[in-house]
Amino acid sequence: MHLRRRQRFMTAGVAAVATALSLAACSSSSSSSAPSGGSTSSAPAGGSSSSGAALSGTLNGSGSTFQLTFQQAAIQAFKSVQPGMTVNYGGGGSGKGRTDLSSNVVQFAGSDSTIPAAEESNFKGKTVLYFPVLLGPISVAYNLSGVSTLKLTPDVIANIFQGKITSWNNSAITALNPGVTLPSTPISVAVRSDSSGTTQNFSLFLEKAAPSTWTLGSSSTIKWPSTARAGNGNGGVAQIVKTTPGAIGYVDYADAKATGLSSAEVKNKSGNYVAPSTDSATAAADSTTVAPDLTFHAVWASGAQAYPITYQSWVLVYESQSSSNTAKMLQAYIGYLLGAGQQLLPGLGYAPLPASLDNMAKAQLSKIGM
Amino acid sequence: MSTVTQADPAAPAGSAHPLDQRRPLGDRGFAILALASGLLVLVILVLIAITTTQQASSWFTTEGWKIFTNNWDPAANQFGALSFIYGTIITAIIAIVMAVPVSVGIALLLTEVVPYRWSRPIVYVIDLLAVIPSVVWGLWGILVFAPWIQHIYAHIGNVVQGVPVLGSLFGPPTSGASFFTAGIILAFMITPIVTSLSREVIATVPAIDKEGAYALGATRLEMIRGAVWPHSQGGVVGAVLLGLGRAMGETIAVALVIGSAAVITPHLFAPGYNMAAVIANQFGEASGVFRAALMGIGVLLFVITIIVNIVARTIVDRSARRKRGA
Repeated sequence: MHLRRRQRFMTAGVAAVATALSLAACSSSSSSSAPSGGSTSSAPAGGSSSSGAALSGTLNGSGSTFQLTFQQAAIQAFKSVQPGMTVNYGGGGSGKGRTDLSSNVVQFAGSDSTIPAAEESNFKGKTVLYFPVLLGPISVAYNLSGVSTLKLTPDVIANIFQGKITSWNNSAITALNPGVTLPSTPISVAVRSDSSGTTQNFSLFLEKAAPSTWTLGSSSTIKWPSTARAGNGNGGVAQIVKTTPGAIGYVDYADAKATGLSSAEVKNKSGNYVAPSTDSATAAADSTTVAPDLTFHAVWASGAQAYPITYQSWVLVYESQSSSNTAKMLQAYIGYLLGAGQQLLPGLGYAPLPASLDNMAKAQLSKIGM
Repeated sequence: MSTVTQADPAAPAGSAHPLDQRRPLGDRGFAILALASGLLVLVILVLIAITTTQQASSWFTTEGWKIFTNNWDPAANQFGALSFIYGTIITAIIAIVMAVPVSVGIALLLTEVVPYRWSRPIVYVIDLLAVIPSVVWGLWGILVFAPWIQHIYAHIGNVVQGVPVLGSLFGPPTSGASFFTAGIILAFMITPIVTSLSREVIATVPAIDKEGAYALGATRLEMIRGAVWPHSQGGVVGAVLLGLGRAMGETIAVALVIGSAAVITPHLFAPGYNMAAVIANQFGEASGVFRAALMGIGVLLFVITIIVNIVARTIVDRSARRKRGA
């Protein structure tokens, strides 16, 4: 009968779709694209543990979006060093990276800050190693036609971002910039709408450099004055500054350069006005005290040529890995980031690590093991 | 025990057995499967409610009733969420006020005015609006719509500056990314839903009622008021409340265009914030009580949306019951 034949086709069709879906689900879960705690697809060729051995497998990482551009460039370049390895870096924010590492979703995490006390229990007492991989200046970008150099001190920056200085020809700003005609345009402050390590380090700088003036604390989310305009991501803030005459905002140096924004020269701890650049950022890390576990804060560093709003990003890994192949892959990849990968940094708008810090980080590589 | 049984229409004639006995296996199996599916949905809903409340518990215990203050300052560990609740309500109200007249108007237009041939392409185009992803609305909103409408806001602001009530609602300084822009984008997004649901409800008005109104000499408007509206008001209100539920929960489009400023202000052209938007924007870097606070805001949103839906159901049911009796 016509009806029964249609019914038969329907059931056959549904059964086929169901089996296809379940097969797809089974096969994707058995592939090594979502490992937990160390997955490999095959043993390393040759079995020797020298750095030249060809490794194969997949490494997954996530976390800081500050590192994202560098990670993407390094992953591409790393393919010619270890063609058998696949590395993935997902971004998503430092907080997400640390959470993913603690739940073993990824093997390494990118983070702009050390693990906060509130999150330490997530790591269940296992040691986490910090590998600094890059530095970056945070540019105080502004949009004033005809003003090519602008000098600002931390106190003035703090008052601008707190809404206490509201126009460009305020006496506090003109006093720092003799010879420059500043217009009477009102200042539009551009800030981040999303939580970010950039905000955290910018506010940390203001807390350290202008402690009596800055009252909003230091965190990845700040309660900015209601007159501030918020943009999504560094790109969003850069766009607000670019399209609003009289705007000022804090942006990653790489994004400021890419958008063609002017950056202010900020007075550093030694009293010199320094502009953001790869050299001034590296100089900042040079003169910072580094703890034995390689944690440090590069903001408000002393050093004559140091840019005071420099921040850093680490790659976090567990000290003890569950498989020796994962340990070797991590050593190979992180070793690349600390070695040949550093040459990629200036072209991307970051600053490479100073030699002393780089060597300390390389020496820590051998700690990754079983 | 009663032994009176009725003949089961599904059972073969002449076998007068109680309804539950001798039911074909397929029927029983289907009944169990359907029951299991329904229960599964309920179980998942309850589990979501329980787990999110658990994750948010540290916020509730730390802040207590202070969660209803306007003090969102993560750097100082203050998590009062009143400004987000205010923002959600305000943007939803703006969206409803703008979308409902338009949607119900379109629905009446399609059922009463436009010939049937033309109504189908129009319905198709409106349903396309519903297909546009939320993030595309948000991107278009912040990159194209907000800069353009900023000029209109500025003009309105200059005109009403100083006027007693209008000035505080629409006066300067104005911003493209604001409560009002978010409300407009939400209105765009809920129009297709409200339109298609209203249209379907209005289409069920029996032609005999409408023709009777015309026969008594009613104009088209009088016919709509007298024959169409009483019959379909429950369904239309239900559709509006469904649209309201969507407007309150819409996340990424609002997060991009609302301006991200946690304030409570009557100034509709000022940047603001919203429960869904703050979760999307600040979740990535949150930990500890901050994260619990964001989950708690999610729980509050969940509760508010459930209440709105329950109210919608009650109104629809009550008016349906009333109509059946009439």
